[in-house]
Amino acid sequence: MENNITLKIDNREISVPKGTTILEAARELGIDIPTLCYMNLKDLCIKNAPASCRICVVEVEGRKNLAPSCATRCENNMVVRTNTMRVLNARRVVLELMLSDHPSDCLVCAKSGNCELQDTAIKLGIREIPFAGEKSEFKVDLSPSIRRDASKCIYCRRCEMMCNDVQTVGALGAVNRGFSSVVMPAFDEALIDSECTFCGQCVAVCPVGALTELSHTNRLINDLANPSKTVIVQTAPAVRAALGEEFGLPAGTSVTGKMVAALRQLGFAKVFDTDFAADLTIMEEGTELLGRLNAFLNGDKEVKLPIITSCCPGWVNFFEKQFPDLLDRPSSARSPQQMFGAIAKTYWAEKMGIKREDLIVVSVMPCLAKKFESERDEFKTNGDPDVNYSISTRELAALIKETNINFMQLPDEDFDAPLGESTGAAVIFGASGGVMEAALRTAYEIQTGKTLENVDFEGVRGIENLKEATIDVDGFELKVAVAHSLGTARKLMNELRAGTCKYHAIEVMACPGGCIGGGGQPFHHGDSARIKARAKALYTEDAEKSFRKSHENPYIVSLYEEFLGKPMSERAHHLLHTCYFNRGKEIIEQ
Amino acid sequence: MSYKMHVLVCGGTGCRASASQQIITRLEESLREKNLEDEVQVIATGCFGFCEKGPIVKIMPDNTFYVQVKPEDAEEIVNEHVIKGRKVERLLYKDPEKKEAVSDSKHMGFYKKQLRIALRNCGFINPENIEEYIARDGYSALAKCITELKPEEVIQEIKLSGLRGRGGGGFPTGLKWEFASKYQADQKYVVCNADEGDPGAFMDRSIMEGDPHSVIEAMAICGYSIGATKGLVYIRAEYPLAIQRLKIAIQQAKEYGLLGQNIFGTDFTFDIELRYGAGAFVCGEETALIHSMEGHRGEPTMKPPFPAESGYLNRPTNVNNVETLANIPAIIMKGANWFNKIGTERSKGTKVFALAGKINNVGLIEVPMGTTLREVIYEIGGGIKNDKKFKAVQTGGPSGGCLTEKHLDVPIDFDNLLASGSMMGSGGMIVMDEDDCMVSVAKFYLEFTVEESCGKCTPCRVGNKRLHEILDKITQGKGTMEDLDTLRNLSRVIKDTALCGLGQTSPNPVLSTIDNFYDEYLAHIKDKKCPAGKCKALLMYHIDPELCIGCGLCARNCPVDAIVGERKEPHFINTAKCIKCGACMEKCKFKAVSTR
Amino acid sequence: MTQISLAKCKVDQLVKLCEEFGNQEGELINVLHKAQELVGYLPREVQEVIARQLNIPVSKVYGVVTFYSFFTMTPKGEHPISVCMGTACYVRGAEKVLDEFKRVLKINVGETTPDGKFSLTSLRCVGACGLAPVVLIGEKVYGRVTPGEVEKILKEFN
Repeated sequence: MENNITLKIDNREISVPKGTTILEAARELGIDIPTLCYMNLKDLCIKNAPASCRICVVEVEGRKNLAPSCATRCENNMVVRTNTMRVLNARRVVLELMLSDHPSDCLVCAKSGNCELQDTAIKLGIREIPFAGEKSEFKVDLSPSIRRDASKCIYCRRCEMMCNDVQTVGALGAVNRGFSSVVMPAFDEALIDSECTFCGQCVAVCPVGALTELSHTNRLINDLANPSKTVIVQTAPAVRAALGEEFGLPAGTSVTGKMVAALRQLGFAKVFDTDFAADLTIMEEGTELLGRLNAFLNGDKEVKLPIITSCCPGWVNFFEKQFPDLLDRPSSARSPQQMFGAIAKTYWAEKMGIKREDLIVVSVMPCLAKKFESERDEFKTNGDPDVNYSISTRELAALIKETNINFMQLPDEDFDAPLGESTGAAVIFGASGGVMEAALRTAYEIQTGKTLENVDFEGVRGIENLKEATIDVDGFELKVAVAHSLGTARKLMNELRAGTCKYHAIEVMACPGGCIGGGGQPFHHGDSARIKARAKALYTEDAEKSFRKSHENPYIVSLYEEFLGKPMSERAHHLLHTCYFNRGKEIIEQ
Repeated sequence: MSYKMHVLVCGGTGCRASASQQIITRLEESLREKNLEDEVQVIATGCFGFCEKGPIVKIMPDNTFYVQVKPEDAEEIVNEHVIKGRKVERLLYKDPEKKEAVSDSKHMGFYKKQLRIALRNCGFINPENIEEYIARDGYSALAKCITELKPEEVIQEIKLSGLRGRGGGGFPTGLKWEFASKYQADQKYVVCNADEGDPGAFMDRSIMEGDPHSVIEAMAICGYSIGATKGLVYIRAEYPLAIQRLKIAIQQAKEYGLLGQNIFGTDFTFDIELRYGAGAFVCGEETALIHSMEGHRGEPTMKPPFPAESGYLNRPTNVNNVETLANIPAIIMKGANWFNKIGTERSKGTKVFALAGKINNVGLIEVPMGTTLREVIYEIGGGIKNDKKFKAVQTGGPSGGCLTEKHLDVPIDFDNLLASGSMMGSGGMIVMDEDDCMVSVAKFYLEFTVEESCGKCTPCRVGNKRLHEILDKITQGKGTMEDLDTLRNLSRVIKDTALCGLGQTSPNPVLSTIDNFYDEYLAHIKDKKCPAGKCKALLMYHIDPELCIGCGLCARNCPVDAIVGERKEPHFINTAKCIKCGACMEKCKFKAVSTR
Repeated sequence: MTQISLAKCKVDQLVKLCEEFGNQEGELINVLHKAQELVGYLPREVQEVIARQLNIPVSKVYGVVTFYSFFTMTPKGEHPISVCMGTACYVRGAEKVLDEFKRVLKINVGETTPDGKFSLTSLRCVGACGLAPVVLIGEKVYGRVTPGEVEKILKEFN
């Protein structure tokens, strides 16, 4: 290559393209320079390299000071040493400093074993912290989704970057200066009172225990032990594509059968699938889409287009807080989690003769916003939530380990009927573009009355932030867009506000890559290949399914026949749809 | 209208604090009474530099220099000097050695060794009148540049002059301009860093207050050289007078067509706006300054990219500090070869220092590079106050270090100061005597750094905090020998790993005091004693019964009633109550109170 | 929905102020300077209004306010006292003067007396080093202050 730069790192020569950093070049040579603030989710174009933690410093010949390898570009004939006495001493001291302002409660910290600070301390062989002195102390903030303990913040600013640059939410920001610097919401207010959408991406990237999920594991153990309760579980599609990672399996290994077996061993009365509700979502949302579309085609100028998906609770929080003027655009369909809860506590409970108050519906989600969603008042009947609570993929893995279940030796088992049956269309809900693709499969057939031969809409798949496609629906050019990350969604919403939006339907997922990259998933530790692999697992499972269109799910068909009537019926409206609220900040002038 | 006589009154912040504004009013009143207002003009100038003796009033053309003038002296000056031509003897400066009055500043020790380039107009002109600046060749340099020289020729001249940045780092100014000139962009910026933050330096403010047009002219010259049409002055909001004078100067320059479109009838366009700092020392670092101007937290970022490539609003930006810029017009007018003959081999020209501390002549001075510390302290500064013993001089502010007796004959320049374990910095020069505890001084600077650290990088955020805590421990008498090792190693690591200039230099006060005053650290650690008697925790106030006459003055002045005793009997200090404020010692006329 | 209340006239003034700066995000620091001039300090409500007008998260406004020492979220006293802690003043005993103010007023640096009369801050070099140590009360400058004079100076304001 013409642009190549040749340099020496630890006496080994390497040629790299111009613009490569020392860290990247060293990693190519297999030299593992430790990092903390640095994070590069390459495939998603998400990068944090403020060069601020100073753990990755190296010695560059001819330079006065040590250089942060994460932010120093390679130059021709550079001579770099990553392991001299000077470097090792500096790195240790910097880490000891960091540890001297960090609580020493590793044994009981939620991130223990999964903590990048702990890993670095192990790697550098830290045995004592020679610095005593003041420690930064802040109060713990518990929200329905996230536990925030700023005392543990190491000021890597990854969460700030995620919350501001990627998600454009702006709930978290750097505050104060000097030793009191910390990342927190404005005025140290609780997350619940801030702009926070509970997307959980701050948790997904936090290298330490400053941001973790609010755990419901203990609550679940108690409920499972209570003989007077029937505890059932639903699992979101993205969980099966990532759970295996917690047990050492490579990313992208689908573990559906083992997961079902594990849940059964844990003592759930029934192991159901959120995918069933995903198919149901398509029936409702697809019908709503066609309703608005046909009204538009019939010349209705008032019709609200584009229709925007509403399965993602982070996204719902986002538009309720940031775009309260556009509450009429998203579909009124509840998310699959909530549709499942509503059906389980009515149709299924009645069928089984279980009293509502004796039934506990738990969900396993790749998501932290689902915890908040399950607590929303709209989804309660006489104070009893349709979904009692939600646990994350990580919490499930921890529980399996705690209960001595040897995950790897479990047989593959199937979900229970009837709420465990699903189509391929539902499985792909877990990846960005999946909901749109599933909706297109059904909407096309209902609208045209024709059979869709090729169900793969490649145009809406993939890891790009914004995907666009035009589908020929019997001569009508249906324009759709798929966005993941709230920053991309904001761009579309701004277009919508400005009247320049050219789409008929939009899918939005708050998390990068969709639910597979959710805030409740096993930590990616900066490896975006993991997220890509999870998507692949879902599309493979879709391809292997016998039914791949939601309206073909026989249990869905019978649910409508036996209970709901037809999509958008009054009962469906009551149980499967919702409304949105202006939750923006209001300034009252006195 | 031409005046026969001018009365220059210092309008710098220091003298204004001592009622120089009232002096002006009283002078004008008095002149009006005598119908002299058309013959004698009173001018409020910028700082004369000799702050110790402020307020200063200077009468021209006879160069009479009055010191420590009070408003009530105005009438006498008018009656005696202006009308009768008799100097007011009692207001003249008295030479401390010869004990005789000196009326012309040229013959004062304080001014003899000075060479004023950056401060050339301070104390000579009314900074609020552009005509006075023009009368002293103001804006000729700009005219010369844009009508006679190509931009690259201007840059060449600055390069040849050897001028280095006066804000701290000492980077060659011409080279900096050349970098900025090489990048192409739709817009480039010239930024003047006027966010002076060194807690013992005020030269930039004095220049802006005393000679704002020199900064404006230099910015325009820089704009012409690098191809920028916009200038921004990033100035401390705590400098209201400098802000006001700059605003007036910019307005006047616009009215005179020296800023704006088609300057001197050429295609050259240049405008200047002010941006306000909000109290963050780290904004002296140019990337932090740029972020602050953009409305962000003033946090530095990695270089490269340098501001010359991507600065304000991601456009090529050249940042120079006030003093650096103030040199530019003089260099253009008198030539690089004049400038580069002044100073030492690698540090050309002069440097302004804010001389303060335990020195007789506190003030603002400008000396050729290469002047020795001895000359500055003993000749210009007039020696140590109250005939105490010289102990150290701190240069470079929080980034610098403490120099001692053995450094007194070192010629001051960028490289020598660095080699001696300190640095030039922005030019603070604080003199300390035997009563100053060097551990406390190091702690004082670290306290400043801890407060001013932006917090972005670990070594500066946590490291400086820990340095400060260890120093505090030592001043409390709780230090150990291991602490000394920790201080040294930690200091070295912070210097080696911190992100920006602030962090990379913050341990200098610690390292230089350990190097030069090791015994003093040992005394605190091993003997639990503070030789200078500064560290409260190591002090015990005591009244000598032999010397105490029982006047009770100490008891009456004790804020916590810790002193007891019968009248005319020796008094005692209740050490449990004593807060060690030292008020008793200060008040006692019989030297009966001592510390041990 | 979080509600923030502020006097209507203040809101109007702030809105106008932001407009003068074109509601530009980059003008945040200039806007805060003006807002502090207007209100005397920068309470939460003011920050919320500015955030809304400049269309930026309030966390960003708060981040900037807490970064710069010039901005304050507590109202200053009727007579704001600033003790210069520049190096020149420090070596001439400013710390003792500051300690005496703290002791007499029973407040710390950055605080205001309960009656709202005095607030205490330390600042870095006012440039009157010839008068060190220097204390500013409002606009008035006191030079060569000793701890013993502190109570006397404060009495001037009673």
